[in-house]
Amino acid sequence: MPRPSRPCWVSERGLLALLVAGLIAALLAGAAIGPYPLALGRILALLAGDPSVAQEVTVLFNIRLPRVLAAALVGAALAAAGAAYQSAFRNPLVSPDILGVSAGTGFGAVLGILLGMPVVVIQLMGFGMGLATVALVLLLTLALRGGGQVLVMVLCGIAIGALAGAGISLVKLLADPDNQLPAITFWLMGSLAGAKRGDVLATLPVMLVGLAPLIALRWRIGLLSMGDETARTLGVEAGRLRLLVIACATLVTAAAVALAGVIGWIGLMVPHMTRMLTGPRFDRLLPATLLIGAGFMVLVDTAARSIALMEVPLGILTAVTGAPVFVWLLARGARPWAE
Amino acid sequence: MTFIPARRLWSGALALSLALASPTFAFDGRSVQDATGRSVALPADPQAVFAAGPPAAVLLYTLKPDSMVGWVTPLRPSSAPYVREGVRDLPALGRLTGQGDTLNLEVLLSSGAEMIVDYGTVNDTYVDLANRVQDQAGLPYVLIDGRFPNLAPALRQMAEVLNVPARGEELASYAEARLAELDQLLDTVPEVERPKVYLARGPEGLETPARGSINAEIIERVGGTNVAAVETRGLATVSPEQVQAWAPDVIITIDRGFAAGVYDMPEWQGIPAVQNRRVYLAPSDPFGFIDSPPSINRLAGLIWLQHKFYPQRVQGDLAADIAGFYGLFYGVTPDAATVSALLGE
Repeated sequence: MPRPSRPCWVSERGLLALLVAGLIAALLAGAAIGPYPLALGRILALLAGDPSVAQEVTVLFNIRLPRVLAAALVGAALAAAGAAYQSAFRNPLVSPDILGVSAGTGFGAVLGILLGMPVVVIQLMGFGMGLATVALVLLLTLALRGGGQVLVMVLCGIAIGALAGAGISLVKLLADPDNQLPAITFWLMGSLAGAKRGDVLATLPVMLVGLAPLIALRWRIGLLSMGDETARTLGVEAGRLRLLVIACATLVTAAAVALAGVIGWIGLMVPHMTRMLTGPRFDRLLPATLLIGAGFMVLVDTAARSIALMEVPLGILTAVTGAPVFVWLLARGARPWAE
Repeated sequence: MTFIPARRLWSGALALSLALASPTFAFDGRSVQDATGRSVALPADPQAVFAAGPPAAVLLYTLKPDSMVGWVTPLRPSSAPYVREGVRDLPALGRLTGQGDTLNLEVLLSSGAEMIVDYGTVNDTYVDLANRVQDQAGLPYVLIDGRFPNLAPALRQMAEVLNVPARGEELASYAEARLAELDQLLDTVPEVERPKVYLARGPEGLETPARGSINAEIIERVGGTNVAAVETRGLATVSPEQVQAWAPDVIITIDRGFAAGVYDMPEWQGIPAVQNRRVYLAPSDPFGFIDSPPSINRLAGLIWLQHKFYPQRVQGDLAADIAGFYGLFYGVTPDAATVSALLGE
């Protein structure tokens, strides 16, 4: 039995330092690049507190910086949730929306658009419906006496997710085709174009509440990937821990989707790419995944708002950049999830 | 994937080649050559007509309301007071144009419709759609070009198809008079006074019809410059930072929530239109002023935008002109209080 050893702190620290540096570079690039002309010197002056040009203050502090931070939060959340789900379900093909959280969040949000709600309510409806969807899946699993059975849970997730998808289609059908339908379509493709300072401030605590247990319990969560029996012999109650992981990962995913719309690929791909660097152990994987997810998302979002005058939906960019990298990794014969 | 029979491909190709060769409208009393170049045999005096999409429904309503068999999308309750009694209660049958029909052809046939009229974009997709529906339903299908410059001609063309030429002439000459007035006004407006305009849609105001799209062409017609010269000719999402960089003088929106909130949104501060409180909510009842749908209802927007773009120079009484347009085109003349509520003034 491969007994987990203490992580090798030296190399891990070096790697994390490198990744932190990378994230900072991505954040700086995100803050420096954008359609509104702001020279680097002006940005530094504004950061130092120069209020002389009101419009520049608006652009930097109300639009660009909140958006860069929102991208970092969303990327970190989706990547961490993906890694957590993959460990909890012992399956490398799992992404954060396996239990229907993305579809549920999407349904709640598009329903809010259909009902003509204010943006905050749209986001809250998305967030609430995402949580409710996963809660429903868990209740169904319990009712079916599938208790700790991952397969029953995943199948319930697929079924409820399909229902949420049907709900989205129904909302599209009922929506006013001139104003609401395009809004719904764009929302479902994922965008941070509307990210505000208030959004970041509202999302941050939710993210912290969800991520903190994952980080604190990362060593135990890693044991889940060795099988429930093995985990139990090591003193970890697998069923309960898995529920906790699902709850935390769902919380951050719902918050991310409510903020940015449906963005695929990050939750599946970033953990895999990170495993290339850290190996499969969850306690090493999680911090690195967080950092890479955040940095990657910031870069993708910076591209989304600067490669064209119009916004390129994030879902398109993550797939276009992610899929080739993913296939390339597979072609190299790397099987990083195997022990 | 649907397999398209070879015959249909041939008829599509034929229609296309005809369209390329002679895309002009010609009418000889019994058959019409429509914007697709197809020759379509018509009933002499159609009494039951189906409009394939929302733009056609507005055109049909203004010209021959009694012949409508139904609406495409349900009329909003707020629209009903501006629509003739009897017609406002017609059922919504669904749409035929575009991707994903919501109309069942059996419903169409059981409505008793004698023919189908369409008004809007002319391209291969719509030419083929017209052919397919005509083949399948056995009803004549006439497509008329819906671009803004074709506005007055389209009224006359559709009126001939519907056998109401006098009504068509009345509406078309009104449209021409309005367009001539607009051109006179624009002659007096120097280039520097013409506003840069951003069209805001969606709850955050971040969706915008790009320059060149059918949803925005009215802006250029009234002399404004649509700032959204982006990579598409459809609807684009943009960031508030991009709008800041464009610095529009006027923002026109069709989203009530955005119009109510924009002056308090921190990301929109400093934009000239916001600073000078020149964000205007386009009225939408019974039909939109900017698009929604892009049909002859845009004549009301043409009048309205002149007052919003050039308040110092425009002649004429906005409320009276709008009431006049509603009376002539929609058959319901709103009183002064209704008009000011409609215009949000």
